Amino acid sequence: MNALEIKNLHVSIGEKEIIRGLTLTVPKGEVHAIMGPNGSGKSTLSKAIGGHPSYSITAGEVLLDGKSILELDADARSRAGLFLAFQYPMEIPGVSNANFIRAALQARLPEGEELEATDFYQQLYVEMDKLEMSRQFTARSVNEGFSGGEKKRNEILQMAMLKPSYAILDETDSGLDIDALRIVSAGVNALRGPNLGALVITHYQRLLDYIVPDVVHVMVEGRIVRTAGKELALELEEKGYDFIKEELASTTGA
Amino acid sequence: MSTELLDPAQQIDIDRTVGDFRYDVKHEFDAGVGLDHSTIDYISGVKGEPDWIREWRHKALDVFLSKPMPTNWASKDLENIVFENIRYYLAGGQKPSRSWEDVPEDMKRTFERLGIPEQERKFLAGVEAQFDSEAVYSNIKAAVGEQGVIFCGSTEGLIKHPEIFKKWFGKVIPTGDNKFSALNSAVFSGGSFIYVPPGVKVKHPLQAYFRINAENFGQFERTLIIADEGSEVMYMEGCTAPKFETATLHSAVVELVAMKGAKIQYVTVQNWSPNVFNLVTKRAIAHEEAEVKWIDCNIGSRLTMKYPGVVLKGRKARGEVISIALASDGQHQDTGAKMIHAADETTSNIVSKSISIGEGRATYRGLVHVPKHLKGCKNNTECDALLINSHSRTDTYPAITVRGTGNACQHEASVSQISEEQIFYMMSRGLTEAQAMSLSVNGFVNDLVRQFPMEYSVELKRLIDLEMEGSVG
Repeated sequence: MNALEIKNLHVSIGEKEIIRGLTLTVPKGEVHAIMGPNGSGKSTLSKAIGGHPSYSITAGEVLLDGKSILELDADARSRAGLFLAFQYPMEIPGVSNANFIRAALQARLPEGEELEATDFYQQLYVEMDKLEMSRQFTARSVNEGFSGGEKKRNEILQMAMLKPSYAILDETDSGLDIDALRIVSAGVNALRGPNLGALVITHYQRLLDYIVPDVVHVMVEGRIVRTAGKELALELEEKGYDFIKEELASTTGA
Repeated sequence: MSTELLDPAQQIDIDRTVGDFRYDVKHEFDAGVGLDHSTIDYISGVKGEPDWIREWRHKALDVFLSKPMPTNWASKDLENIVFENIRYYLAGGQKPSRSWEDVPEDMKRTFERLGIPEQERKFLAGVEAQFDSEAVYSNIKAAVGEQGVIFCGSTEGLIKHPEIFKKWFGKVIPTGDNKFSALNSAVFSGGSFIYVPPGVKVKHPLQAYFRINAENFGQFERTLIIADEGSEVMYMEGCTAPKFETATLHSAVVELVAMKGAKIQYVTVQNWSPNVFNLVTKRAIAHEEAEVKWIDCNIGSRLTMKYPGVVLKGRKARGEVISIALASDGQHQDTGAKMIHAADETTSNIVSKSISIGEGRATYRGLVHVPKHLKGCKNNTECDALLINSHSRTDTYPAITVRGTGNACQHEASVSQISEEQIFYMMSRGLTEAQAMSLSVNGFVNDLVRQFPMEYSVELKRLIDLEMEGSVG
């Protein structure tokens, strides 16, 4: 199946279980949103799927187009077509943005094959223009001294260059003013299409005004508790997360 | 300096993985194991040296024997050097040869694996390659020779050009400077002698390659470079040694003299195998308005102790040390710089970056001395350490004495770490752990590497890549 499938996933940090039997499927070509209150495990989910070594997956399965990725290290997951847009992108002093992206693309080529530099820069400039990024960002160190908005734009730039089959965007809206939000969202929307499945993780509905999801999942305490169309996001915005929690309490209590 | 950009395919490509090989070489001359006055006579005799240098060597041996190991401040690991197990002189017996055709086939094969012939064709002006302790191949391009530049081995220098050689030899670094400078003075062989006449600017860097190719064989090259008034020269020294199971000693002495207004740049990329003790003394004298720059990069060896220095003897002289040290498991890079201000308005700059990986240990020792009676002297010292994983160790011992009015000194030091989060971030873009570490290490030293000659910066990057592959396993 052409999808990112997460089946009954359990994730722990140390002794503490954060994700407790989470199941969802993002078919290629669709954009799904995960919404949830703080502490529901949203960021843990993205790091665990990305292959962060501090997160241990104790049960369940994550499939990319039907193939398990759990045995792969983070780098191999990336090369298999997964992309993680970080909530807090790391700064890499001394490594220029262009070199970083180029190294990431080079890592996808078979041994002995060299990335064509002219094509690379041509493509890089096209994508940077779409994100309204100044050319100086090619020479600057990765994320070093970038504003919050610049960092997020840089995440989308990397995504555009690496062309993943599936992307997880972790709180991409956090720290963005309205202009940056518009630009970043436009960047993501430009990448939407039949070749990308995206999982947009957010606390606020605001982002979903710009990146309109096909499906909205609500996550509470490490599980998906509700799945519906984009109107669910509006309902959450209106009523807050409490109504879901109350519903849950009444159904589990019954 | 030539700043011509080369096509990547044409850049020199010295694969250090081939450092792990050795050809059988029959040595015509072998001083045997151990060191006493008869060893000195043997070396001096084989080399056909004049009496003054034989005497000089004998005195140096006495100084060496009388000096204690500096273990009161330096690594106790020095005690593991067994001087009586070391061979102090081995030579093939070949005379230094000017053309490639004269070089014996088996030695050619070694050089080919080091990439030297290719380099020669592509951009070298002159090559002085040392194979064991005797120069077997030396070639000075016509252009350099025509300018009156002397570029030869130390033995040839002292025999053929005594009037220049004797004037400066042992004057920048006296025999008794330290135990290992005394050892070198007693048994030195190989190394380069360079004299650049007044006003001559040597366009291309002069290069030398050094190799140890006999077990337990210490290499004691001696280099003396004199840049006469207003001249300019760059010298590049690269080392690679085959891997042996028992410890090997390398103890060089390098003396530089920059006369009024002269400029010398001395570049070293040291990649000895991890069983080599690399105990080197390097110092320069900079006369009025002269500039001396040491670019020093230490990647290999078991223990390196090396603190390139500049004695700023003339007004407005300038000294600089740019240093990169990479210490992996089992290695101790004990490096630094010395700046001795001895005239008004002299300036010095020290930038040191060290990387410690695994159990590797990096030590920085810096000495900056500005006496009270001087005016308008400036020193800047920057000292940054990068730690990769928690076992790494880094120490900084700056000794800065700046006295008098109108002298300024600035010292900055930092220690940083490559975090697991940074590595994860890079891996999540598809880079392997080794590639991610290599990229961040290269990023850490990037601003320094930019000052390296093109071909060395490429090589350095490759060396860091190899080291990172090794450290990830």
